[in-house]
Amino acid sequence: MNNLLLIIIGSVLVNNFVMSQFLGICPFLGVSKKTETALGMGMAVTFVMTIASLFTYLIETWLLIPLNLEFMQTIAFILVIAALVQIVEIVLKKMSRSLYQALGVYLPLITTNCAVLGVALLNSREGYNLLESVVNGASAALGFTLAIVIFASIRERLAVSNLPKWMDGFPGALITAGLMSLAFQGFSGLIR
Amino acid sequence: MKMKRLGQIIMNGILGENPTFRLLLGMCPTLAISKAASSGLGMGLAATFVLVFSNLVISLLRHIIPEKVRIPCFVVVIATFVTIIDLVIKAFLPSMSATLGIYIPLIVVNCIIFARAEAFAFKNPPVESIADGLGMGLGFTMALTILASIREIIGTGTWFGMQIMPESYIPMGIAQNPSGGFIFLGLLLLVVNALTKYFERRKREKAEGEIA
Repeated sequence: MNNLLLIIIGSVLVNNFVMSQFLGICPFLGVSKKTETALGMGMAVTFVMTIASLFTYLIETWLLIPLNLEFMQTIAFILVIAALVQIVEIVLKKMSRSLYQALGVYLPLITTNCAVLGVALLNSREGYNLLESVVNGASAALGFTLAIVIFASIRERLAVSNLPKWMDGFPGALITAGLMSLAFQGFSGLIR
Repeated sequence: MKMKRLGQIIMNGILGENPTFRLLLGMCPTLAISKAASSGLGMGLAATFVLVFSNLVISLLRHIIPEKVRIPCFVVVIATFVTIIDLVIKAFLPSMSATLGIYIPLIVVNCIIFARAEAFAFKNPPVESIADGLGMGLGFTMALTILASIREIIGTGTWFGMQIMPESYIPMGIAQNPSGGFIFLGLLLLVVNALTKYFERRKREKAEGEIA
């Protein structure tokens, strides 16, 4: 139980995927102009990352290791994730129209979100068991959602303020992210 | 004539459409692997290898791969070359493999490689595609090495592991922190944008001067 709590705090705050591990930067910078869309992206990523952690764990323990195919890890994981995203999209379309409309546009983008493949690879490298993998996947995704929603709110506020011209666009966004990451570093004393 | 065109394609990747500075692709490895110049260079060259070979294979298969399933096909081709380079680095450069960690397998989802497969290799013959992969890869390597050099020199006072700042220099730790990655890339982009604008203006003025 204690161990799980450590994983959750570690992944959400201390080793936040975006702010300290640089995973999922593309959507973080690309889909963060509005808080609403950022939240939608965060929810879609949480959904996929949790399921992907479960399935990649199963594939690795039941398929790759017994068959001595560990070197196929990268190929197997990315195919599983791509297939998973497709399945999630089809199932959502049938099961829940409203959720599909909310997450729909973000789903295809998730295949190339390195946070999803990153969490699968990290789970395998850390040697987490099934429960730990799923918890780690979900909390890392929550950390991603937290970061992207905060960042989007800051950018919404910045959009209406009078910034110097050279801060417009990408350089300004990156420096904002840097300051935010500095704040997240304050959490690093929480666990050792 | 053909050599000239290939040269143009390569230069386009390094300068005109530099993936990091101009197209803003592949940001995750750029930020994560830019703490030391040597790892930046290693990462860049690994990505170049994957880019050149995946561009070549995708270009060779471009008439065979059906349009509808091209993305899964790209994924398999790219993942194959990533696995090859991952195993090679693990076998011959174990220390490099330890520093680059999961970012080597993560080249699979690097948007630069996807973007070039989709935008260039799928539409162009093999030789041009190799040139494009080489140019884009070198452009990425150059951007990564520049950013990593700045962060390493300011953050530790060394460059490729050699002490180059005077002994009395106190390293600025923030350049090595994750937050430093964001801030220094932001500042570097500012400089690059300003330089691009300056050169474009000079080019325009020169052209106008010639007409007049």
